[in-house]
Amino acid sequence: MTYIAKPKFHHPGLKKNELGYTHRDYEGKISTLCAGCGHDSITASIIEACYELSIEPHRVAKISGIGCSSKTPDYFLGNSHGFNSVHGRMPSVLTGANLANRDLIYLGVSGDGDSASIGFGQFAHSIRRGVNMTYIVENNGVYGLTKGQFSATADRGSKSKKGVTNTDNPIDLVAIALQLGATFVARSFSGDKSQLVPLIAAAIGHKGASFIDVISPCIAFNNHAGSTKSFDYVREHNDAVNRLDVLVGRDPIAVDYAPGTVQVVEQHDGSRIALRKIDADYDPHDRLGAMTFLQKHAAKGQIVTGLLYVDPDAEDMHEHLNTVETPLNSLEADSLCPGSAVLDKFNASLR
Amino acid sequence: MSDKKPISSVNDFVVRFANVNGSGSASANEMFARAILRHGVPVSPRNIFPSNIQGLPTWYEVRVTEAGHLGARGGVDMMVAMNPQTWDKDVAGIEPGGYLFYDSTKPMPSTKFRDDITVIGVPLTAITNSTYTDPRQRQLFKNIIYLGALSALLDMDPKLIEQLIGEQYKGKEKLLSSNVHALHLGRDWALQNLKCPIGLRVKKSDKVGDRIFIEGNSAAALGAVYGGATVCAWYPITPSSSVAEAFTAHCKKYRHDPETGKAKYAIVQGEDELASIGIVIGASWNGARAFTATSGPGISLMTEFIGLSYFAEIPAVIMNIQRAGPSTGMPTRTQQCDIIACAYASHGDTKHVLLFPEDPAEAFEFAAAAFDLAERLQTTIFLMLDLDIGMNHRLSRPLKWDDAKQYDRGKIMTAEMLEEGRDFGRYLDVDGDGIPYRTYPGTHPTKGSYFTRGTSRDRYARYSEEGTVYADNMQRLVRKFETAQDLVPRPLQANAERPTKYGVIYFGSTSPAMDEAIGLLEARGHQLDRLRIRAFPFHSSVASFLAEHDFVYVVEQNRDSQLRQLIVNENGIDPVRLVPIVHYDGTPITARFIAKAIGDHQDHLKVTPLRKAVS
Repeated sequence: MTYIAKPKFHHPGLKKNELGYTHRDYEGKISTLCAGCGHDSITASIIEACYELSIEPHRVAKISGIGCSSKTPDYFLGNSHGFNSVHGRMPSVLTGANLANRDLIYLGVSGDGDSASIGFGQFAHSIRRGVNMTYIVENNGVYGLTKGQFSATADRGSKSKKGVTNTDNPIDLVAIALQLGATFVARSFSGDKSQLVPLIAAAIGHKGASFIDVISPCIAFNNHAGSTKSFDYVREHNDAVNRLDVLVGRDPIAVDYAPGTVQVVEQHDGSRIALRKIDADYDPHDRLGAMTFLQKHAAKGQIVTGLLYVDPDAEDMHEHLNTVETPLNSLEADSLCPGSAVLDKFNASLR
Repeated sequence: MSDKKPISSVNDFVVRFANVNGSGSASANEMFARAILRHGVPVSPRNIFPSNIQGLPTWYEVRVTEAGHLGARGGVDMMVAMNPQTWDKDVAGIEPGGYLFYDSTKPMPSTKFRDDITVIGVPLTAITNSTYTDPRQRQLFKNIIYLGALSALLDMDPKLIEQLIGEQYKGKEKLLSSNVHALHLGRDWALQNLKCPIGLRVKKSDKVGDRIFIEGNSAAALGAVYGGATVCAWYPITPSSSVAEAFTAHCKKYRHDPETGKAKYAIVQGEDELASIGIVIGASWNGARAFTATSGPGISLMTEFIGLSYFAEIPAVIMNIQRAGPSTGMPTRTQQCDIIACAYASHGDTKHVLLFPEDPAEAFEFAAAAFDLAERLQTTIFLMLDLDIGMNHRLSRPLKWDDAKQYDRGKIMTAEMLEEGRDFGRYLDVDGDGIPYRTYPGTHPTKGSYFTRGTSRDRYARYSEEGTVYADNMQRLVRKFETAQDLVPRPLQANAERPTKYGVIYFGSTSPAMDEAIGLLEARGHQLDRLRIRAFPFHSSVASFLAEHDFVYVVEQNRDSQLRQLIVNENGIDPVRLVPIVHYDGTPITARFIAKAIGDHQDHLKVTPLRKAVS
């Protein structure tokens, strides 16, 4: 066998969520990525977020492109349908899937090669269309599966493992997502699960195009001195603007926050995000402000993380298209086919 | 003065309009064609247009054909020469004894005419300018004025044209009356100043019957509506854009919930053909009926996804409105040149189902059937139209639908079946027909999920690079393709009156020209059995037809006789017995061409032995 199944047994005392599922019910197959890969931490964060939100695993469709990151949907939510599609084309496949059934949760998993190079166009257009999805880029600045070529998110001046200096300008997917009208934009770090888990949970609760850029160091090809996507570099330059707590249901805000330090965002699905401000002046509802803030900090070599922008009243693609509430994939001939009487009239109009 | 007798013909002639595109001539020309139909006389019109919006030459050809020959005929009996740019070529193209209709406002040197044709000058610009002051009106009404003059020259009933104008401008009284006025301006001038009618005449008949006048692209789009397509993703490309546009129009009419006004469809104009096919595959994977419409360059871009559809077994419908390739080729000219590109699209070992409708009625039927086939076979189905069928109005039998028909959603494993404990292997061939069961995402909390991938995997969708596992799957795909043979539309055979060793295979838009050519060939003493192929994979009757004949002509509209290649390849037969008859200059194939090409070959085969000839 060339795949590895995960044993199903677990400790009987394992905690259960509202639906009675344990953590293990959100896991997938055993990861075949390198030991210590940042992507595995993101996988763990996705599992954690889905567990905490008490999502029924089979109501999630997880869709990816090609690359190390795109392999990861096999490693979480084993009871969900997954689709490891074509390099750079996750966004279109996800868009189509979403059109077919608006009732599922769509998780798009991609990498920096997949989204910033070969699939840059599809990334852009899925955001533009406001597809209701959580689009996660596991961003390591390098092509891992083909052994260490620079990707389009590699910073200018950063060094490859072989010592080559990158002379091309980087693409900042967060900046692009903001410019293209994404209604939930965040950046995080695979090494900071406490920030990442609530971001993923909040993104899933958001109705519209949610984009999370997760810096995820490549342990094999991009974790050396001179890299700007290494664990050490990201830890040193991480500038978090806020931290999140996602509050499910109508529970009162139980955590004590110092007055004026918390901003509560009501989400479309009834959940709420409590944003604990780190940068007191940062306003996550100001798209233009966010864009400027990012550019200024990028110029200083800082990696801004946190929930950078959210529009809680966003509309999604189905609203733009005015589609029926019933998923299109469940409509049958009785409601789709106009029938022979209409056809007779149509014929008559063409004589 | 003519030194050739003017052509005299009733209900059987070709009129060609030479215009400048963007001048508003299209609707007047189309009205001319429709008016003849209203006389009960079949017409076959064709647009010959440039890949341009304004200023370049465009032609509209109307074949008036009481006998109902709907293929292009070739040759022009009357040229309505409205474009100075193409004058010389247009005049040269008139058949000896034919007619030239032109705007005589400005005098033309006699060298610009021919002695063997009848020249009819009408001062269109002068009439227009004396009646209208607005420049746009002058341009538009000039077209209606020449329509009026032609009605007199060809002995047409003006009431029938007025009726058409009435239908077109229903509720817009001002436009209606001004168009009727313009029509009579031209008609009256002709009646007063010219000898009417000329040798070409339209006489009322009853040969149209209940047929409808429709473009193939519109019919195919309606087929998608009837076939239950809910997702359409497309990228604009000539000559396919009007499929998506027609689908949009049909859906607006027929697919909105009467109570909520909401749409029971989703149409996305993709950023390119890659996104379009990606959306189709994502939607189909998730259980919706989805399609895209494109042309050759789009097919080239889509091929990676087409391979995914084949290998991961995801339904997709692609309507390919073929145009002349390769590369950008001739975007507004017709060909059947993507047969091989579609049959074997994508890297690795792949084969795809192709459907070849002959006209709008079949475009409608096959488009609807394509969705059943795609879901039954869980693969890409190509609907192979071309510009000639897609973008021209064609007289076609009425579209038909059986209200008892339910969609064939294929092998879907439901939550109930999973609960019953049915063994679900996404790529497990339980019925021996090569077709596995699939589940829709979200079916069951703990059963039936699987991971879809373009990499190889075992029968239970688990990743595998084992050679035997890979080969097992590839063999099953061959079995599935064999199953397809009996599901797709079968070839239609028509035998000659007398038994013959010769046969002809043809498909798609060649059909009307072929039917007509058979008559011409019979007149030359050549008997041919006919087989119209309607789908790939080929049904076993194709092999039988080949076995029953010594020589089989394969008539097609591409350079490399692609269907012939496919037949030779798939049936493993001696290529010498398949004679290519190819027409590929971008114009629609004609009966004259086919009859000459086959006739010459037949004459050659029937060379009288020398000894016999001299004895």
